[in-house]
This record gives sequence, structure tokens and C-alpha cells, in this order.
Amino acid sequence: MTTGTVPAPTAPADEAPAALRIPVVRGYRFELVKLLAQWRIRVLIALCWIGPAVTVVVVSGQQTLPSDTLFGREMHATGWAGALVVLVFAGSWFFPLLTSIVAGDVFSSEDRLGTWRHLLVAVRSTARIFAAKALASLTVLLLCLPGLAISGIVGGLIVGSRPLTGLDGHVFSPGGVFTRLLLAWVCVLAPILAFAAIGLLASVIFGRSPIGLLLPAFGGLGMQLASQVLPMPVAVRLALPSFAFLSWNGLFTSPPMLGPLITGVAVSLAWAVTATALAYVLFRRRDFTNLANDGSGRRAITFGILPLLGVWALSAGVVGAATGATGSGIDAGKLQQSLATSFAHIYPVQAAEVNHLRVTAAQLRSTASCVKGGGLEVQNGPGNDWRCTVTWHLPGVNDGAIGQAIYQLDVNANGRYVADGDGPAEVNGYYVVHASYGDAPNPLWQFDGLVDLLSATSKG
Amino acid sequence: MPNQPSVRARGITKCFGEVIALDGVDLDVAAGQIHGVVGPNGAGKTTLFGLLLGLAVADGGTLEVLGRPVRRSLAAPDGVTGFVDGPGLYPALTARGNLAALAGLRGRGGRTTDIDEILAQVGLTDVADDKVRGFSLGMRQRLGLAAALLTRPRLLVLDEPANGLDPAGKKHVHGVLTQLAADGATVVLSSHRMDDLEELCSEVTILATGRVVFSGPLGKLAEETGELDYRLLTSDVGAARRVAAGTDGIQVVGDAATAVHHEVLVIRARTAALDELVPRLVHERIAVRELTPVVSALESAFLALTEQEPSR
Repeated sequence: MTTGTVPAPTAPADEAPAALRIPVVRGYRFELVKLLAQWRIRVLIALCWIGPAVTVVVVSGQQTLPSDTLFGREMHATGWAGALVVLVFAGSWFFPLLTSIVAGDVFSSEDRLGTWRHLLVAVRSTARIFAAKALASLTVLLLCLPGLAISGIVGGLIVGSRPLTGLDGHVFSPGGVFTRLLLAWVCVLAPILAFAAIGLLASVIFGRSPIGLLLPAFGGLGMQLASQVLPMPVAVRLALPSFAFLSWNGLFTSPPMLGPLITGVAVSLAWAVTATALAYVLFRRRDFTNLANDGSGRRAITFGILPLLGVWALSAGVVGAATGATGSGIDAGKLQQSLATSFAHIYPVQAAEVNHLRVTAAQLRSTASCVKGGGLEVQNGPGNDWRCTVTWHLPGVNDGAIGQAIYQLDVNANGRYVADGDGPAEVNGYYVVHASYGDAPNPLWQFDGLVDLLSATSKG
Repeated sequence: MPNQPSVRARGITKCFGEVIALDGVDLDVAAGQIHGVVGPNGAGKTTLFGLLLGLAVADGGTLEVLGRPVRRSLAAPDGVTGFVDGPGLYPALTARGNLAALAGLRGRGGRTTDIDEILAQVGLTDVADDKVRGFSLGMRQRLGLAAALLTRPRLLVLDEPANGLDPAGKKHVHGVLTQLAADGATVVLSSHRMDDLEELCSEVTILATGRVVFSGPLGKLAEETGELDYRLLTSDVGAARRVAAGTDGIQVVGDAATAVHHEVLVIRARTAALDELVPRLVHERIAVRELTPVVSALESAFLALTEQEPSR
């Protein structure tokens, strides 16, 4: 028999005080302690704060750059490109995985550990448990995101803070890039919230099953693949929260393309609110007395998944009606206008390096003519079979002379394209140019561009 | 001791779909009492404990806990704590970390001295800074009890707290529960180990298929149980057999051939008949070295009462 003293009861056994519910702030601290005690969460946070800087510095030091990634081909030119590549990569792959690991397990872990009843006895309110868990998940995400942003920027500054060529050929000063980069990080919070809410919902719906943990990651991948591969109308594509991971691209044109950005943020917030509300309702309705039932099942899936499909459909309808956008949002007119503008902005850079000419975009009066599939296909939509001819005037060289250059365009469904120069060699057919100080990268050889999916069709 | 019972249930029913988990259960548990609840698997113990902890609300009947009616879920009064289906711990945290987090959750502040004291109570001081994922079942049970003690409970509801306990762990747990009851708190616990319940509990309730088949003091149970089998170890087994056979109310049911030890007799008798047998053995100058039930009164009653219940 132990001889210690057990803490004595605090009151005589008359009528006891009524049930005391734990304040949300205490529940929040409790959930945060549990989350931060998990090694995978700690590794994730460390990775977010260290990984991007190391990656930017290492990749920028390589001969071969990730030119398939937006801004990747500019990583030698400026460290800001590296910071942007971090955001592009995170939007494509890492954010859905991050939300899966943090939010996709926050409810189901209690099922696996068999701790629900214990937690309910302590807190005595499912609403407060939900709020505490949601806030704790959000906090961990907010610990990760600044890490990714700051680390990427630090890596970029180590590589070198130099001007960056935007997606319309406009050259942005380091200060301008920094401002836009911060704004882009703020904008991706919206889709991150949406995916985190989907993670919460999956975690509530699937109970101890690992499906909840995987759903945001696979959902994000599925949405990306669907929007890349399937011939979806632009309104349907923009109604997916994954689109907003890349819609900040429009900040890097001058003037910025705000339509897709605002639409993406609004749609993401709608998804976030709906998924959170569904998770809350399903969680509150769960019967915790029956151990055999962890909340999963056809009814929960029906009430969880179908409303999200409804949000998708409704968002697509609203976007379509509000913007009047139809089809893929990509057509010959938009490409021609975008390519001609980019060329007009980049050509003066090359001209200054090679011929020491000072020309302006306006003087070039550049135009472009684009054809898809040799003119045998419908002249709109994404694809790598766009061929364009850029025409411009050569001021000061031979008055009235006209230059022409060919570009092959690989156009992505999200409006981003890669323009690959196809000649002549002295303009855009070769990857270096002969500058006065030696060989230099040819800015007209390959560059990234962007069309506004929501703008009215231009006839070029 | 206050007169107000800690638990007062009348006609409690609880169903899960077609399954009747509790069927008209009456239960009274006095303050400061350690009350055992026993029953075969599926008898409704966990459901009953869930109601006491406020995890669910009964479909019918009335339930008062610590003097307050419990009419909706998660509304058990302050001072009620415990665990069902395991102690509910977080394996990524240390023992001390689990208690500190819980103390913070409940607003106790998680003072180191309190936590250290409670860890000492349950005999886990040496592993206080070890991660719970490496704990044995018995250590988890003890830590679960420690977590419950953090709240300074007035009603402690423990589902199978003795699972996996080694003798040292059992000693710690029994000591804590006894002290808690001595300080006026009420303990309601279930166990499949009848010896534990007999050692700890002043009253027991036996459940079978959702109904109460016995509830009351252990002494009353022994009276109602009727005949029990006893091991009788004496200095002269032959003479003892002769005396036992000649005593009213005593039946010799085992002999040297069936007993583990050749000196042991197994006899069947009521308590009153034993009171007659022992003086007669002494009178015959036969030394009585051991007289113990082969199966305890509680276990015997449990088997008798629960096996009579038709399965549903």
C-alpha cells in the first residue's frame, strides 16, 4: 500500500457544480502541444525554414536549371527567380502535402489512439474541440508558410538581388519583385485554407482510416491533373481551389492580371468555408458512444463529398456568369497580343547588349501571328503545337525595315506558355548572343509568357 | 459521510439501433465508496460508464451524478472523471508531458510539484520523462489513473483499470484508490479480476445482458450465493475427511486423487456449516492449516448469476 497522499476532493459530496466546459484557448494550447510533439510536424517546420534557402542556393549554382518550372530559367540571372520557383513548386506539390500532414490527421489521430472519449470527458464540448483543433492546425500551417517564404527569399538574396524579367517581358526591380512576391504569398493563403479545410473534413469523415490523411494531397494532385489534361471550360477550371496556387502569376505582368487572381482567391475561400462548415456539422453529429463507429460510412461520405462538388459547380456557374468567360480562355488573339508584348519588352534588352542600341517597346510596333496545329485544328486551347511569327520594325538600323522571328509555343491550360525561339539565329534561334563583353544568355531564345484567361478575346 | 449518493440511476435504458445495451438499470453508489461493476463481455458495463462520464445520455430512466441530473451528453458535473476503453494517452508525449498538457487543459496550471507527486503516487517517477509510446499496458493504466487524479475527482469512473498491471502496479493502484475513497471520493470501477474487486470494493453490481442481476454489499452476495467449494488443508487428511463427512451441511467433493496436493480436501458447504466443522476438527486434534474458497464468492456468484441469463 502506498503511503503517499492522494489529492483530496475539492468539495463535499453535495450537489456538484455544473459541467464546466474548457475554454477554447486552453483546448487550443492542448492541441498545439500534441501537434508539435509529433516528430513529422517538427521535421516539416524545420524543412520549411531551411529547405527553400538551401534549394535555391544549390540549384542556382548548377549548370542545368529547372527551365520547365516558371521562372526556373532565370535562376542564374537573379536570386528572386529562385524565391519564385519555391512558390511555384510549393503550389504545385508541397502545399497539398503540407495541409494533408497537418490538417488531414488532426481528428483521425484521436481515432487511432482511442482518445476521443478521454478528450470529450475533459473538454465536454464537441464545438470547442473542433475549434481548438482547427485553430491548432492553422497555427502549424502559419508556422510553416513564413518559413517557406522567408527561407526562399534569403536563398535568393544569397544568390543575388538583381532585376527579374516578368511574364510579359517587363523588367521588375528587386523592390518590385519583393512586393509582388509577398503579395503572392498572401494570395496563396486562400487555397491553403481551402485544402486545410478539405483535410479537416477528410479527417472527420474517414476516422481512423489513412484516407483522410492522403485526401488533400491526392485531391490537389487530382485537381491539377484534371485541369491540365481534361478539356475543361475556363470557368470550371477556375472554380477549383488548386488554380489559386498559380493565379498569382498575373502579378508579374505590367499591368497585373488581377481577374484570375481575385477569382481564384474568392473561389478558394468559398471552398474553405464550405468544407470547414461540413466538417463541423459532421463532427458535431458523430456518435462517440459507439466504438465500432468512427464516423466513416456512406452517409458521411455523401454529406461530405457531394456538397463540395456542389460548391465546384456553383463556383463555376458564378465565375462563368460574372466574367462571361467561355471555352478554354486561350485563343490565337490572346496569344498574339501576349507574345508581341513580351517580345517588345525583351528585344530592347537584347539590342542593348548586342548592338548597344537604345530602342523602346513602342518603337518596335511588334505584332504576332499565331496558328495552332498548322491551321488544321480549332484555333484555341492549350497545346504545344502553336507556331507564331513575330514581326517588328527596326528603328535606327534601316528605316522602315521589318524583322521577323518564329516561336514555337507550348501553352499550358492555366494560361502560362513557354515561347521557344525558332530563328533566325541572330535574334532568337540560339541560346547565347555575342555581347561586347563575350557570350551572354539570349533573352529572346526562350521566355515564359502568360495570357489572361478571363479577358475578352482579342483579335490581335 | 454525506447521505447524498454519488450515483443514483433508476430504470436506465440505452439502445444502439436494435441492440439493447442497458435495460432498466438501477444503481446506487454512496459517496466515499469503491463500487465494482462486473459482467461478461457485452453486459453493458462500458455503456453504463459512458453514461456516468456524460459521454452519452440515456434513452430512458433518470440518472443523477453527484446530486445533479444528467439529461444531455457531455453534461456530467464538474468533479467527474475517469476513462473507458483505455486511459487515452498521447504516445508522442512523455508521461510528465501528458500530465502537464492535461493539467493545462483543465486549468490546473500543471505545476511540477503536483505532477511529480501524482507520478509518485502511481509509481511512475522513474519513467516520468520517457515517451509514453514505449510504455507497457500496465504503465499506461497507471498513467491514466494519474491523469484522472489531476482533476481532484469526486467521482472516478474506471473501466478495467487493473488490465496489464503487475503486482507492484496493482499495489500502487489499489493504494491510490483506497486513499481516494478514504478522502471521500467515490470510485466506480470494472474488472474481470474478481480478487481485485473483492480486495477493493465494499459493494458490487453484477450486470448481465444489460440488466442488473445483483447489486449490494459483498457480504450479502456471499449470503445469497449459497454453497461454495473450499480447499481444506489439515494435519491429517484421512481423519479430516471422516469428520467432514460426518458434519451436517458438509459435502466432500474432492479427495486426494483430485486435489493438487494429497493433503488437501475439497468440500462444499455454506458458511454456517463451516462454523460447525472447524471446532469439530480442532476437537479431534486435527490442525487446520488452510480453509479458503476454491472460487471466490464473487466469482461464484458471477458465474451462477450470469450463466443463468439467457443470451439475447
